[in-house]
Amino acid sequence: MIRFTNVHMTYAGGNEALKNINLHIAQGAMAFVSGRSGAGKSTLLRLIALIDRHTRGQIIINGQNLERVRDQRIPLFRRNIGFMFQDHRLLVDRTVFDNVALPLVIAGYRYQDVRKRVQAALDKVGLLHKANSNPVALSGGEQQRVGVARAVVHRPALLLADEPTGNLDPALSWDTMKLFEQFNQVGVTVLIASHDLDLIKRMHKRIITLRQGRLLTNAADIGQS
Amino acid sequence: MDEIKRRFSTWALQHAQAFVFSLGQLIRNPFGNLLTVAVIGISLALPTGFYILLENARQVVTGWDSSVQITLFLKYEIDDDSAQGLAHRLEQDPAIAMAGFISKAEALAEYQRLSGFEEALRVLGENPLPSVLVIRPGVTIATPDENEQLLARLRQLPEVDSAQFDRQWVKRLFALLDIIKRFVIILSSLLAIAVLLIIGNTIRLAIYNKRQEIEITKLFGATDAFIQRPFLYSGFWYGAGGGLIAWLLITISLRLLMQPVSVLSELYASDFQLISLSAKNILSLMTCGVTLGLLGSWVSVHKHLREIDPS
Ligand SMILES: Nc1ncnc2c1ncn2[C@@H]1O[C@H](COP(=O)(O)OP(=O)(O)OP(=O)(O)O)[C@@H](O)[C@H]1O
Ligand SMILES: [Mg+2]
Repeated sequence: MIRFTNVHMTYAGGNEALKNINLHIAQGAMAFVSGRSGAGKSTLLRLIALIDRHTRGQIIINGQNLERVRDQRIPLFRRNIGFMFQDHRLLVDRTVFDNVALPLVIAGYRYQDVRKRVQAALDKVGLLHKANSNPVALSGGEQQRVGVARAVVHRPALLLADEPTGNLDPALSWDTMKLFEQFNQVGVTVLIASHDLDLIKRMHKRIITLRQGRLLTNAADIGQS
Repeated sequence: MDEIKRRFSTWALQHAQAFVFSLGQLIRNPFGNLLTVAVIGISLALPTGFYILLENARQVVTGWDSSVQITLFLKYEIDDDSAQGLAHRLEQDPAIAMAGFISKAEALAEYQRLSGFEEALRVLGENPLPSVLVIRPGVTIATPDENEQLLARLRQLPEVDSAQFDRQWVKRLFALLDIIKRFVIILSSLLAIAVLLIIGNTIRLAIYNKRQEIEITKLFGATDAFIQRPFLYSGFWYGAGGGLIAWLLITISLRLLMQPVSVLSELYASDFQLISLSAKNILSLMTCGVTLGLLGSWVSVHKHLREIDPS
């Protein structure tokens, strides 16, 4: 699903964020990326989503060589990915329903399908009754769950989450991780960047550790699930 | 085939969504947007108002022009009989409605009465004035050009010494109207640019206010076309709203002018009616508004949307 071969990433300012990364994550796996602040966790996810382009090496996502994905094809490529952020990044001028519907509207689903899928996603995160609320009227944990629903509503093959529990208390963080695990169990490949080592150790999943842009763990090809 | 049909219906659906969505967004912030639309409306109303006043002025002046008379001063040696004969001949001309004859004696009497040079003329002893024909062009002839042609034709008659419009000022008025018309064109261009800038800037602000939303939609795979659409449609709504307001302003202004104008035209025993916006005028006004709206937002979107990338 995800394969990095000798990948380097140097930002425009000459900042070497990733150095010689070799990595394979199998389809349907769930893995964590950990490391200190500035280690390159976010950069790794950004390369996968083509938010930035790597400067050397090869990245293959879902069978697609990212170098071959031209700029005009990026939107189509991203429709196979779901995103989660530390700051939930919900749109506060719309209802919870409309927020979750966004990936489907972008993809041009018909309203009946949109409604069915949004309801299913909200139901799964336990927030169906809040569909018509404004996101600002929700608690932090609820907002994060809306973010999860939005990330999976279009049934992406790959779910990327950057510090999804950064703002949550331990109990809510655990719940959110469990939610990701549920989606993983139905076949979604999940990659989560987090510096909360205690939490991710308890999940008993593969942990990829970065230090100053280099990969620490060498067990690069296990792909547990 | 089914694939094409599916794609087309997706495309149509997304357009419809953006169309309605952009209107909803504008309505959600009524005060700020009404202000923008009002400014656009006034900018459109000014040149349109000038245009319609110009049309009215043209109407009035054209009325005067058809009553223009041509005075033919005949050569001195032409006597009253041949002058009268000429008048009869000219009246046969379809371009001439009437040819009035003023004999030398009549001309002298008139001149004496008006000028007060009675004494001087008496000293001369002999009547120095030629016979005069007063020509009224045919009713169907209205344009200045045709009158000009008639004048040239009359000048060439062997009996005629000189010929002139006795309403030269109508020509001057037409010239003045042409200057005003050019002024209105310049003003319209400037205000069109102003409308473009207003809409462009409004859309630019909207883009920056929606920065986060644009980033998110880009992350979830929105194409540039998808992201642009609501902004282009807002430009459309701004332009259309501005056009409507301009229409409203002009209609109200003309209503206010109608009464005093009809009082004035009654005083002149004229049946002049104030022209108001025709259906064609309204259509062009709306087309202008919408075109400017779309153009302004298109330029703005192309300049500023590129700058936003997800992070
Ligand atoms: N847009 C950018 N331009 C230049 N340098 C950048 C950019 N983004 C990140 N970097 C640099 O790349 C390195 C890795 O950054 P990254 O954001 O990937 O770290 P991180 O592991 O996600 O850290 P954190 O835990 O604080 O989020 C850092 O040294 C950072 O300064
Ligand atoms: Mg980070």
